[in-house]
Amino acid sequence: MSIEPIPNVEVEQGKVKSTKSRSLGMEALFRLLRSKTSIVGLIIILILMITALFAPLIATHDPTVQSIPNRYQAPSSEHILGTDELGRDIFSRIVFGTRISIQIGLIAVGISMVVGVFLGAVAGYFGKWVDQIVMRFIDIMMAFPSILLAIALVAVLGPNLRNAMIAVGIVGVPQFARIVRSAVLSVKETEFIEAARAIGGKHGRILFGHVLPNSMAPIIVQATLGIGTAILDAAGLSFLGLGAQPPTPEWGAMLSDGRAAIQHAPWVVAFPGLAIFLFVLGFNLFGDGLRDALDPKLKE
Amino acid sequence: MSALLELKNIKKHFPLKSEKLFTKEKPLLKAVDGISLSVRSGETLGLVGESGCGKSTAGRMALKLLEPTEGEIWFKGENITNYRGEQLRKLRREMQIIFQDPYASLNPRKTIEQTLAEPLKIFGMPKGQVTQRIDYLLDVVGLSSYHKQRYPHEFSGGQRQRIGIARALALEPELVICDEPVSALDVSIQAQVINLMEELQAEFNLTYIFIAHDLSVVHHISDRVAVMYLGKIVELGDAGEVYSNPKHPYTQALLSAVPETNPHREKERIILKGDLPSPANPPAGCKFHTRCPFAEDICRVQEPELKLVSTGGQMAACHFAKEVVTEGNFT
Repeated sequence: MSIEPIPNVEVEQGKVKSTKSRSLGMEALFRLLRSKTSIVGLIIILILMITALFAPLIATHDPTVQSIPNRYQAPSSEHILGTDELGRDIFSRIVFGTRISIQIGLIAVGISMVVGVFLGAVAGYFGKWVDQIVMRFIDIMMAFPSILLAIALVAVLGPNLRNAMIAVGIVGVPQFARIVRSAVLSVKETEFIEAARAIGGKHGRILFGHVLPNSMAPIIVQATLGIGTAILDAAGLSFLGLGAQPPTPEWGAMLSDGRAAIQHAPWVVAFPGLAIFLFVLGFNLFGDGLRDALDPKLKE
Repeated sequence: MSALLELKNIKKHFPLKSEKLFTKEKPLLKAVDGISLSVRSGETLGLVGESGCGKSTAGRMALKLLEPTEGEIWFKGENITNYRGEQLRKLRREMQIIFQDPYASLNPRKTIEQTLAEPLKIFGMPKGQVTQRIDYLLDVVGLSSYHKQRYPHEFSGGQRQRIGIARALALEPELVICDEPVSALDVSIQAQVINLMEELQAEFNLTYIFIAHDLSVVHHISDRVAVMYLGKIVELGDAGEVYSNPKHPYTQALLSAVPETNPHREKERIILKGDLPSPANPPAGCKFHTRCPFAEDICRVQEPELKLVSTGGQMAACHFAKEVVTEGNFT
């Protein structure tokens, strides 16, 4: 019996692309790199990563050394972004703050993701009463404004950076749970899941081997977008004095410390604010690009 | 020949959302409403009917992928209706399914090798043999072993269906439910896949339940045919007999709709009036009476039972099954 030839050569924009076998993930990466906004996002993220990695080399001063005679200095060649109310170099503090922000973003989103994906997957896959219990619990969490819930959690756990990360992580759980649940609901009705049941697969194998890998796209997107929100929330907590404690150069805390001087020394708040803005923008642009790349049906 | 699979008056009713507020009573969609079938070892039983008549639901219940609302399922002389968990998983080895949509039935994130290895791993085949077995399976369905590192989206529909068949055969089942295995394929590929399935049946002594709405495909592959209408079997018999001498008016109408290949042959086309009634609200009496050209008062009140209508074992569920034939209204 003859076999049809395999169409393994993709011709696109006049170019013949590689004939090598490519997974869906690789296809998505190619689409991602074709979008300009996601490249901008990626560049911002890369700059932030490099800044965090090489902070001691990039910073011009020690971020915690005070110099009272030099307080509230305007940006100059010595202090390129000026100094704050204790005479600390703002540029150096922002550079070191990048480390903290990335740490907050990753750890908080990591917590939301692990807990949220598990809850959402179990609720969506098993349905019935499991779904009811999990999702009603999630509804209760969502009834609180996120920052309020975070404040309440930190108030209970005690105000420090670690607890702020945990609080922000917990606050992000409902988002993940709902997104994963809906993805799982649609994937579990597909024929290949039925096939997996027909060949005798156990629930764990079907859920983690078939359902979740096919629900990854929204999870990845939510994780990327969630990093922006997480650092915003954490900055909010620090601003309220519930997150990073002095003299940690956390951006939100810097805003808080400098807010009294906003009239005569606007650079004290402007630059940390800009840093937060850039960080959130970078992850949001990249996350949007990722969403389009991972789900081409959504856009076209 | 003994019965490999027996369905005894199985029903599947899906609860629907109630339209009325404040009522606990939910309307039911009667997808399958009491069918009995016995499938002999080694035969191919064709299950035909319009879309939505419950043929796929019946097939899935036979595999216990869906729980029947009522009735019993017997496999190899054992009542498997209440099998759960481990018991059911052991049974999976012996009954498999080939799906309609070759695009949806393969996990897009797994290579062909991973997909085919899964059933083997689940049933504990040693690692060394798995690769060998996969190569063999691919060879059996007409693909090469160098395909196995590829992902499903790199294959054509026909090739994917072959992979689906290879997966179904991986555990050497006895019974394979074929749920419209070729209706999503091009006509030229359909023939290839059908031939492949016939070859495999002979080679591995498989029993098929072949679900389809394409009557000529079913005629070609089936030994016996069951015709379904609104969750019921209306006619059952040897494929040759049913096709040459249909007893139920619905079967007659279905067969008259098959395009004639000989342009010189005159053929009377029976056009059914009206639409298929909703299975959520089926008509009383004979379910076909709303569209039947011969319906009389009795049909609107009393539901006909499936009864023997010929010496060859042909069965039909029509009050006038015998009269319809003797009147000679149909060719």
